[in-house]
Amino acid sequence: MKFFLFHLMPYADLDPDCAARHNTSWVTLPNSYYDPEKGAALYNRYIDELVRAENLGFDGIGVNEHHQTAYGMMPIPGVVAGALARQTKRVKITVLGRALPLLNNPLTVAEEYAMLDNISGGRLIAGFVRGIGAEYHAWGANPCESHARFHEAHDLIIRAWTEPGPFPFEGKYYQFRHVNTWPRPLQKPHPEVWIPSQGSQETIEWAAHPDRKYSYMMTFSPAVNVAKYLDMYRQAALDYGYTASNEKLGWSIPIYVAESDQSAVEEAREHIENFRNRFLKMPFEMLMPPGYTSPASYLRMKEAKSSIFAKQTIEKLMDLGMFLCGSPSTVRDQLIAYKGKLGFNILLPLLQFGTLPADLTAKNMDLFAREVIPALRISGDSEQIS
Amino acid sequence: MGDYSESRIKINGCEISLKRGGSGESMLYLHGAAGAGSWMPFMEILAGSFDLIVPEHPGFGASETPDWLDNIHDLAYFYLDFLKELDLRDVHLAGGSLGGWTALELAARCTFRLKSLTVCSPGGIYVKGLPLEDAFLWNAEESIRNLFHNQEIADRLLERSQTEEEKNVAMKNHFTTAKLTWSPRNHDPHLYKWLHRIDVPTHIIWGKQDKLLPVEYAEEYRKLIPDSRVTLFDECGHLPHTEKTADYCKAIVDAIGEFTA
Repeated sequence: MKFFLFHLMPYADLDPDCAARHNTSWVTLPNSYYDPEKGAALYNRYIDELVRAENLGFDGIGVNEHHQTAYGMMPIPGVVAGALARQTKRVKITVLGRALPLLNNPLTVAEEYAMLDNISGGRLIAGFVRGIGAEYHAWGANPCESHARFHEAHDLIIRAWTEPGPFPFEGKYYQFRHVNTWPRPLQKPHPEVWIPSQGSQETIEWAAHPDRKYSYMMTFSPAVNVAKYLDMYRQAALDYGYTASNEKLGWSIPIYVAESDQSAVEEAREHIENFRNRFLKMPFEMLMPPGYTSPASYLRMKEAKSSIFAKQTIEKLMDLGMFLCGSPSTVRDQLIAYKGKLGFNILLPLLQFGTLPADLTAKNMDLFAREVIPALRISGDSEQIS
Repeated sequence: MGDYSESRIKINGCEISLKRGGSGESMLYLHGAAGAGSWMPFMEILAGSFDLIVPEHPGFGASETPDWLDNIHDLAYFYLDFLKELDLRDVHLAGGSLGGWTALELAARCTFRLKSLTVCSPGGIYVKGLPLEDAFLWNAEESIRNLFHNQEIADRLLERSQTEEEKNVAMKNHFTTAKLTWSPRNHDPHLYKWLHRIDVPTHIIWGKQDKLLPVEYAEEYRKLIPDSRVTLFDECGHLPHTEKTADYCKAIVDAIGEFTA
């Protein structure tokens, strides 16, 4: 198994009262709640946490993109990835990912990722996403064009990396007389591509297609959904006529490890509940703009609205398998069981979440690296394919 | 309710559903974001004066969603084809909200088959300095309440439970509305430059308490369209055809009577 420390970089100093005054921490939460003095300190703390993952033995570190929200302070994740590229030497750096349909010019991503790949010495993993529904409210992009723009932008970026330039590109959404991206990526033919998603059949079938065979990462979802969508990827591969390796499948989940099960729950409770109930808080209309999903998924989400948007306790999140929390042996056993049951070989633990402060984050990272990772590496050796 | 016929017609590869009732000069009515799934009371009244034709737009209700439908211009060109296909002449073109915007785009392109234009609270232009709400962030209840001044109408609509089919149609209409109006929101930044081309008498109708598009827009349209007049309804939101049905129909019929006198 491979381990990537994933960070969302939340604005952890968010005024707790704003949850009572605003129905969301996204898009319309006034940016007067952002205190640049506190934010500046958080950025540097979080970058230090990611950098330290290299010495702790992680295989990689990951950042991602969200706009106009306290949930994550990385609207331009390449800035953070650039800092990480210089402060680390060994780990893979993954951006999970750039939200392609939001962009008027996807070639900026071809350039940004190529720069990161060069500067990091070929350690970039290129994540492409559509962005969650809220981004379409923040960025004005038409949610009905989300899939089509994603596919066209992706095709353009891969061609910009692999075809000798200059060449013209005439798409429905993007047109260029001279595609001629400088620099070219260092890795050949281009950086490995990962596709993170919360489960979309269309995205999974596209990622698993033999032309791409992109790795697929399930993000913050109940374990039952993780199982369903990882199975969907394997089935899609079989339908295409090949067997998908677990090396291609990953799971991103918040995890908290402490000395005992009881102390873990006590220490994590406030912070994971803030993550779920304060930072992720948004109304249905914001999460699901019309056209962002198929009509069927839209109706399913609408019917399930009350359960999806209800406040949740740490116990509920643990029951659902959306949060792993406990002593090292508890978390280790759970992960070994999930690994066997779900079939994945990439784990992207979120070891800082919500308002989890620096000292608890550091302890969580130390315990996870020292007492959880080694056991899973051993358990995973027989399946190592790469 | 009412005496009308329903049919389907295929134009430019897209089959749409069509309601038609009444007699007299033809009026083509272009519906708004909520669609035209039923023969509504205002249609019944207008059919007393006109040969009223109410298509469901491509992408709405029982009509097909064609691959070529990307923006409001596609809809305007579709209805130019529609007028030609049915060989309609001297048509009174009318539309509300999204349909009003479509009617303006059509008329700015070509008024050859038109005799008059009636638009009710249409999108289409953007007026700087007038704050607009983000209707795509309204929840289900707000999406109904904010359309009406008279909240008793909203209460009645909210009490009604939707059938599965109605839910599916409402979602289809909502998706297509987003496709056509998301960005630029509810307008075309270039339309204002060409509204002067509309050379048929034009009637602009607005509710004074419209929360979706403020009533100040009415005067902006009047300034941009040469032969145009404005009718405002007090105690009325975005949908005068529902909220002030009798007054709305009378205003339309009277104005067209004066246009053609």
